[in-house]
Amino acid sequence: MNSLIAGVILILCLSSYFFGRSEARKLVTQNIKLKALPAYYGYYLSLWCGLPALIIFGCWSLFEPTIIKVLILNNFPQIESKDLFYEQTLSFFNGNFSGEITNEIKAASIKYSSINVIAQNSKIVIIAAALISSLTFAYRKIQNNNKARDDVEIILKVLLFTSSLVAILTTVGIIVSLLFESLKFFSTINIFEFIFGTSWSPQRAFVRDASAITPEELLELQDAFGSVPLFAGTAFIALIAMCVAVPIGLFSGIYLAEYASTKVRKYSKPIIEILAGIPTVVYGFFAALTVGPFFRTLGESLGLTVSSESALAAGLIMGVMIIPYISSLSDDVINSVPQSLREGSYAIGATKSETIKKVVIPAALPGIIGSILLAVSRAIGETMIVVMAAGLAANLTINPLESTTTITTQIVMILVGDQEFDSPKTQAAFALGLTLFIATLILNYIALRVVKKYREKYD
Amino acid sequence: MTKEQRLKKRYRAEKRFKMYGLISVSLAVIFVLILVQNIFSKGSSAFSRTMIEVEVNYDSSLLELDSPINQNSLKDADFYDLAVESLLKIYPAKDSKEERQILRLFSPDYEFEIKDFLIKNPNKIDQVVPVKITASDDIDQLNKGNFPRDLPEDRRRVSNYQLNIYDNLVEKEKINKKFNNYLFTKGDSRDPELAGIGGSLMGSFFTIIICLILSFPIAIMASIYLEEFAPKNKITDFIEININNLAAVPSIVYGLLGLGILLSVMEFPRSTPLVAGITLSLMTLPRIIIPCRASLKAVPPSIREAALSVGASKFQTVFHHVVPLAMPGTLSGTIIGLAQALGETAPLILIGMVAFVVDIPSSPVDPSASLPVQVYLWSEQAERGFVEKTSATIMMLLGFLIVMNFIAVYLRQKFEKKWN
Repeated sequence: MNSLIAGVILILCLSSYFFGRSEARKLVTQNIKLKALPAYYGYYLSLWCGLPALIIFGCWSLFEPTIIKVLILNNFPQIESKDLFYEQTLSFFNGNFSGEITNEIKAASIKYSSINVIAQNSKIVIIAAALISSLTFAYRKIQNNNKARDDVEIILKVLLFTSSLVAILTTVGIIVSLLFESLKFFSTINIFEFIFGTSWSPQRAFVRDASAITPEELLELQDAFGSVPLFAGTAFIALIAMCVAVPIGLFSGIYLAEYASTKVRKYSKPIIEILAGIPTVVYGFFAALTVGPFFRTLGESLGLTVSSESALAAGLIMGVMIIPYISSLSDDVINSVPQSLREGSYAIGATKSETIKKVVIPAALPGIIGSILLAVSRAIGETMIVVMAAGLAANLTINPLESTTTITTQIVMILVGDQEFDSPKTQAAFALGLTLFIATLILNYIALRVVKKYREKYD
Repeated sequence: MTKEQRLKKRYRAEKRFKMYGLISVSLAVIFVLILVQNIFSKGSSAFSRTMIEVEVNYDSSLLELDSPINQNSLKDADFYDLAVESLLKIYPAKDSKEERQILRLFSPDYEFEIKDFLIKNPNKIDQVVPVKITASDDIDQLNKGNFPRDLPEDRRRVSNYQLNIYDNLVEKEKINKKFNNYLFTKGDSRDPELAGIGGSLMGSFFTIIICLILSFPIAIMASIYLEEFAPKNKITDFIEININNLAAVPSIVYGLLGLGILLSVMEFPRSTPLVAGITLSLMTLPRIIIPCRASLKAVPPSIREAALSVGASKFQTVFHHVVPLAMPGTLSGTIIGLAQALGETAPLILIGMVAFVVDIPSSPVDPSASLPVQVYLWSEQAERGFVEKTSATIMMLLGFLIVMNFIAVYLRQKFEKKWN
């Protein structure tokens, strides 16, 4: 049904383009001087035909299910679990319900079918009315030889502007969804307990209904959500990753920018950038199945106990993933250091490496720092490698051979599979997400500022 | 220290420094090679499947057919007794325990494979025909050499008795390999030898198509607005800051957005490519807008001025001249953005695409998995057979990514105009 309506609207749009154009051409034969090319009259008519109808259609389809649900449930105030009841009614209506059929379900499904018919019919009527009225309006405008091109361009400009607003909408969506659940979480759990508490065991929070928590349970819950071990684990794994990525990435960047012959550069740069294109789940698989066990057997032969989910394995592989981000960004900033600086240094007798160390790198330092900050933000937001290769238990440790857990791992572990909303456990995941979002936002902001400031200096 | 010594020291430092750079580059390249070699050596065996040839006696009396023999009656018939009888004949068994061990040499679908063979060749009824049946995961791995045989029996997944049968079958040349079409045609399964990526391939396909439909037009329109029409004011600045920040937000946060808004507020169907596509398109959007804007910016102002000077309007200038010239760049940026979306896992896990789905999805609103999520799911499984399946899935995924990136590079090199 919906696809039929959408199809009809689209066909009308297309035909009204040709209709508008031919109408405009008729005006020409009547010796009227057009104010725009005939095609613009077609576009004009077509836009007026399609846009209002499609907007109404979209909004209607979006809100219809919710409105129908409210209308039906209002008739059954005595039902307790309303969502479940509505689900059952729908599946009974669609004929695939297995379970006990109560009278309420039957009544509700009869109600549903009648409301559905009304909704369908009124939808068709309203959309048809919108189509006809907007078409007549636009048609009369054309007959009066309006400035079709200007009007079309205004509509298009509004369209372009609206699509650029999607970025703002996404940000708002992220902030709202994270804040909303986090605030609910912080109303049960003290925010200071969350930030400064040192024991993390959300599995203790098996309470189904947040509103019915007894004071004893609340006390029990308070110290189940101390996220310091997660912050520490995240920072620790990111640190290991940076210990791998910064030297290798930076030296590769320097080598490729300053020393490598064109041939070496041509082949090795894309190969290094492959590392950035490999999905992180592949790294996770590699870390969990190859690197982790390898470290464990290596540790056993040296007489060390290495957890098979060691922070070292996850951090090392994460570092490998980050190498290209650092190497290509620092390659870029080193290349944009003006040649005159290098030549000045050579002229007073410095060797190439001395020039790089004493002149090029100091000049490129803000850009390099910016790229490292961006890499750090990527490391703390990285999910799959740590989910697959790092541990699940939250323990505060600085031993890289033990297992640690991270913010992202815990978010995934809490939310994987079915989860009940309104439990502090689920809300904790959103609170962690909010922390992650703020942390990466700050890092990115500083990094972009540093890079931007540096660019202004030399351009 | 003399002048010469100092000079020598400086030259040594120079050599060392250069060596560090070379070592770093080679380390990075070696990592790539190790990773690729590791995946390929593990995954290549997944493309073949071990089959055991069994003499099947298609005895119609065992089928309890109550109507004349045709395709339909065969489809309804129960082949279990017939199958078990034929399979047990491959080796003598003392008791029911050993019989069970014989049956465990075959994949649990043996009944249906025997049935399918007869449906394809209905004239073989009441004959004894050799049929190739998929071996169980353990025999498959044994045949591919992934199980060491010299372990004590209690640490092996294959018993001594089963090993004897296996060796006997190998001697009689009853065990052979064929191309594993199940890998591409079947959905997920608990049995590695029957699991395939058909379902997740379709899931990924729908997801990427929805992501493309949503993100490409919006990204192009947004970048045209920001690059060509936007006045320099606070709103424009705010939009720009937003786009730059969104491009760097960790992907898992988009998963939380999808869960918090799309699933719980707007009540979209869980675990479907539809939700995955919308979530990923929100994530991809800023990542496409940035290269799109760069390629619009790369079109020299002289083109715009020439069009404006012959009387084109601002819109005509942009849509007739600037956008077509920037198209190769925007397309390649889009393809690279989609390639990133194709490999994305974390947000999909949060919106429930980790469900165990056996059926191959036929529309974007059917529950399904996607290729990277399939990698995650299988890597959690204990059976050895899933390791090669996971690696094979990764090979497919990397193959798609390489093709997409290649197209992007080709588009840019072939069609993009160099202006200076």
